[in-house]
Amino acid sequence: MTSRPANLDQPQLAGYRPADRGTQPDYLYPPYASTVKRSPSQPLVRLSASLSEVTGPLFGFDVIRANDFDLTKQHPGEPIGERIVVSGRVLDANARPVASTLVEIWQANAAGRYPHPRDRHDAPTDPNFTGCGRTLTDAQGRYRFVTIRPGEYPWRNHYNAWRPAHIHFSLFGPAISTRLVTQMYFPGDPLLEYDPMYTSIPDERARRRLVSVFDWETTIPEQALGYRFDIVLRGRDETPMENDLPRGGRP
Amino acid sequence: MSLGTTASQTVGPYLHIGLTWLVTDNLVAPGVTGDPITIEGRITDADGKPVDDALIEIWQANAHGRYAHPDDARDLPLEPAFKGFGRFPTNPDGAFRFTTVKPGPVPAPRGGVQAPHISVTIFMRGMLKQLTTRIYFPGDPANAGDPVLQCVPAERRDTLVAAPLREGVLRWNVVLQGRGETVFFEY
Repeated sequence: MTSRPANLDQPQLAGYRPADRGTQPDYLYPPYASTVKRSPSQPLVRLSASLSEVTGPLFGFDVIRANDFDLTKQHPGEPIGERIVVSGRVLDANARPVASTLVEIWQANAAGRYPHPRDRHDAPTDPNFTGCGRTLTDAQGRYRFVTIRPGEYPWRNHYNAWRPAHIHFSLFGPAISTRLVTQMYFPGDPLLEYDPMYTSIPDERARRRLVSVFDWETTIPEQALGYRFDIVLRGRDETPMENDLPRGGRP
Repeated sequence: MSLGTTASQTVGPYLHIGLTWLVTDNLVAPGVTGDPITIEGRITDADGKPVDDALIEIWQANAHGRYAHPDDARDLPLEPAFKGFGRFPTNPDGAFRFTTVKPGPVPAPRGGVQAPHISVTIFMRGMLKQLTTRIYFPGDPANAGDPVLQCVPAERRDTLVAAPLREGVLRWNVVLQGRGETVFFEY
């Protein structure tokens, strides 16, 4: 047995289980044209969990300002559009709440326009709406945003392509292994089945989990409709992985 | 009980609206151990065209090899001024640049040491889920025994190792697809 410096000793580490089969899109999905030139052609190399992958940045309230969760109150005037409340819980796949994690959102305005130099859609910008929010989950993993319902908008992926209404979500979780960027959709949107981002998800149930549900409980009388969107990050193995040596590229 | 994981979706072209408020391209602050080192590079696609709408995030240990995270409970110095996290977009030339300190070595699974490295996560339009890779440091003797580099085909290993450019500056490019394609990981 060789001796090693004490500071490199560590107990066996439990890693984060891969997402269930079919729940995640592949890199190459030709119906979404931009994936063709931007997806790797070589198989990914599978790494076992080391300290590098089970750790990650953690954020505190120091990065959050008072109105960051309320996208309707970030400018002197009221934004145009239908006010909504978007809330839910962030859980891991073991059904445990993910507490104190940073949730970032961004979205188009009610007319389907982003205040971004690359958005050339002929629809009005709204001086009272930037479309950017952030918050931390509470101890139960709950988050809540007040915003306006984003509009659908055209894009140039294919003839007469329109994105369904959506809100972009970015989450960290406890480790770089749990990092997730996704999009929340709205119930009953007829554009979903034509949207190659939505249909890139092979598993039908996994697709539907990206569609928020209308929620009476969070609907504010005379004020705003509530939509609920729960998010599930990867769950950690209960025990260290048996085969915890790095392996070569998978087939 | 196991819940189904939420599907990943692309950040799209307007990611800057939601994500650049947290841009951190200089991880060095007063009280941080280590010499500042700048790493610059470019992201290109299958046609060699610069990717001008990507976002990179990095995560690394401090110069002592300690991660600023509760799961790293080893008895090594933590430096409050060093968070180990960076985030920056690519510019119109597909280029990026950040300044940090070289991390110390960290433990490998089942004993052994991983050579100093920076974990990299990449997001962009046309990418339905993030790509992850690593940056290693040129000339580090620990590279030869690094278990991750060793499981990468030898001819592709150099895509993970930055190249010295000038004093205090390294170059590390990302090729998404094709000749010289960067090695990407899943974990």
